[in-house]
Parts: sequence; C-alpha cells; structure tokens
Amino acid sequence: MILSTPQTFVILIVVTAATIITRFLPFVLFKNSGTRNSFINYLGKVLPFSAIGLLVVYCLKDINFFKHTSGIPEMVSVAFVAIIHYWKENTLLSIGIGTALYMILVQLVFV
Amino acid sequence: MKAKTDALKAAFPHTIPIFTGFIFIGIAYGILMNSKGYGVIWSILMSLIVFAGSSQYMAITFLTSVFNPVYAFLMALMLNARHLFYGISLLEKFQDAGKLKPFLIYGLCDETFSILCSAEPPKGIDPNWFMFFIALLNYFYWFLGTAIGGILGSIVSFNTEGLDFVLTALFVVIFVGQWKSQKDHKPAIIGVLSSIICLLIFGRNNFIIPSMIVILTLLAIQRKKYEYDNREEIMQ
Repeated sequence: MILSTPQTFVILIVVTAATIITRFLPFVLFKNSGTRNSFINYLGKVLPFSAIGLLVVYCLKDINFFKHTSGIPEMVSVAFVAIIHYWKENTLLSIGIGTALYMILVQLVFV
Repeated sequence: MKAKTDALKAAFPHTIPIFTGFIFIGIAYGILMNSKGYGVIWSILMSLIVFAGSSQYMAITFLTSVFNPVYAFLMALMLNARHLFYGISLLEKFQDAGKLKPFLIYGLCDETFSILCSAEPPKGIDPNWFMFFIALLNYFYWFLGTAIGGILGSIVSFNTEGLDFVLTALFVVIFVGQWKSQKDHKPAIIGVLSSIICLLIFGRNNFIIPSMIVILTLLAIQRKKYEYDNREEIMQ
C-alpha cells in the first residue's frame, strides 16, 4: 500500500460518489417528463448499443501503435473473443480463453 | 412471498452469463488488488460500496500513485458518464418500481443494464421484483468473485500482467451479444466510430465526454430515419 488507510478511504468515497451521481442523475432530472418526451424515449432504445461500443473503445484506449508490440496482442485477442463469442455464445469460454491468450501474448510472446 | 421466489427463479437464468463473467473478473480484481498490497477486506469493501467494475480497476491506479482525490473523482465521473445513458434508457422500466427503485439505480452496472434492456419477465411474474433479483444476484456475484480473488491472491502468486484484459473481453462479449440480437447496427457502429475518432482527436484521458456528445448528436440526426425504418415496431 502506497496510500495511508484514511487516504484509501477518501479514494473509495470519491469513486463511489462519482458512480452514484451518474447513476441517479437521469432519474432525478427526468423525474416527471421522462416517458412523455419522445426524444428521450428514442434515446432509450438506441443508446444502449452506442454505449457498449464506447466502452469497448475505452478499454482499448491505452494501445500504443508506436510501441514495440504495436497493439498486436490487443487486436488479436479482441478479434479472437469477438469471433469465438459470435460462434459459440459461451461467455465463460470467450472471456476465459481470450484473457489467457492475451496474458500469454504479453508475457511470453511480445516481451 | 411466493411472488418473490417466483421472480427470483425467473431472474436467475438471465444472470448466468454474468455469474461466469463476474466471478472471473472479480477474482482477477481481488488478485490484482492483492498484488498492489490491498488485502481481501479492501477488495470486498470496494466491491460492496463502489460496485462499478471499470471504476474499481481504474481506482487501482489512484491507490498506487500520489494521493490525488480530486483527479480520481473527475476521472471516475468521466468514466461513469455512460451511466447517464443507462438511466435514460431505463426511465420507463423503473417508473413503477417504488421502494425497489433506489437499489435498482444503485446497482445499475454495465452488465445489469445489458440484461435489463433485453430480458422480459415471464407472464405472471412481478416485473419489479424480477429486475430487482437480476440486480441483486449480479451484486452478489461481484462480491463473491472479489472475495475469492482476494483470498486466492494472498495464497498463490503469479505474473498478473494482462489479467485486466478480462474487462475488455466482457465488453466485447456484451457487444457481440447485442450485435447478434439486433437487425439495425447503426447505433452500435455510431458508438464505436465516434469513440475512435474522439480518442484520436482528444487523447485517451479526455475523449469520453466528447464521444458522448458526438454520439448524442449523430443519434439525434438519424432519428427520423430510424423511426421510418422501424415504423412497424413503433406502431405496435
């Protein structure tokens, strides 16, 4: 541990606060108008798909194409997970083998 | 009481993919925390209180560098900004949840959200208790995985480099699952492309908010077309 116990608690609390604020805000803001506003309704139908797309990109944001690995381990592993999940639709298999593949690539192949 | 047990039984099958995913990612989290000097109690506290996988992974960075709570708060806020999208999507579904509503909102992680937008309760099952048990089961899996990982991490030690890929893999899995379930892929493509472009322009520390703005704008622009393409569904 680098931080002291009180400092760790502070980090815990600010991260919790940030999470709670973003989860509750829409319900506070649109308390009464939500279901009557057709634009909000439309967003409710399409946003989930865009949001997960954003998350996938977020996870891959640290790829550096100019580093010695050129992002190959990430690209290979993501492609592998996508293909095997499209084919088998078995969550544990896709995540388990995909992560194992990535760990092997970064620890043993691209060192 | 019977209504609740029925809702629990109906909810459970929907959570099985999350069970496997969360146990795995939770274990990885517990092990990683351990490798940074944070024992099982810390991992469990984080998981029970924060209950946001990606923020907890991000928080590891802040636990292992100079104490900077303001920056940690802002980063978490940005990372969590996607929850605004989830809330907007579920306004209607949570509308009549009454006393269950606070927990439903509190437990609205990516995975619970992805189930809640697609899963429909069977006939005769109370939809609010059905949603509540989906959220509660996922909360429990996350706690369980973290606890196992925290204990495992203190017993065995191995090279954890690359273990955080579990989170990426989970999101790719959810993305592919959604892709297969939908005929209209435009919202998914808009999400990915806008984010990549904003990442290239604004850099990895600042791209989330611009991405959200671009996504909202593009979705607003193509709304008329969406409603025309899906007019039969909307009429029903």
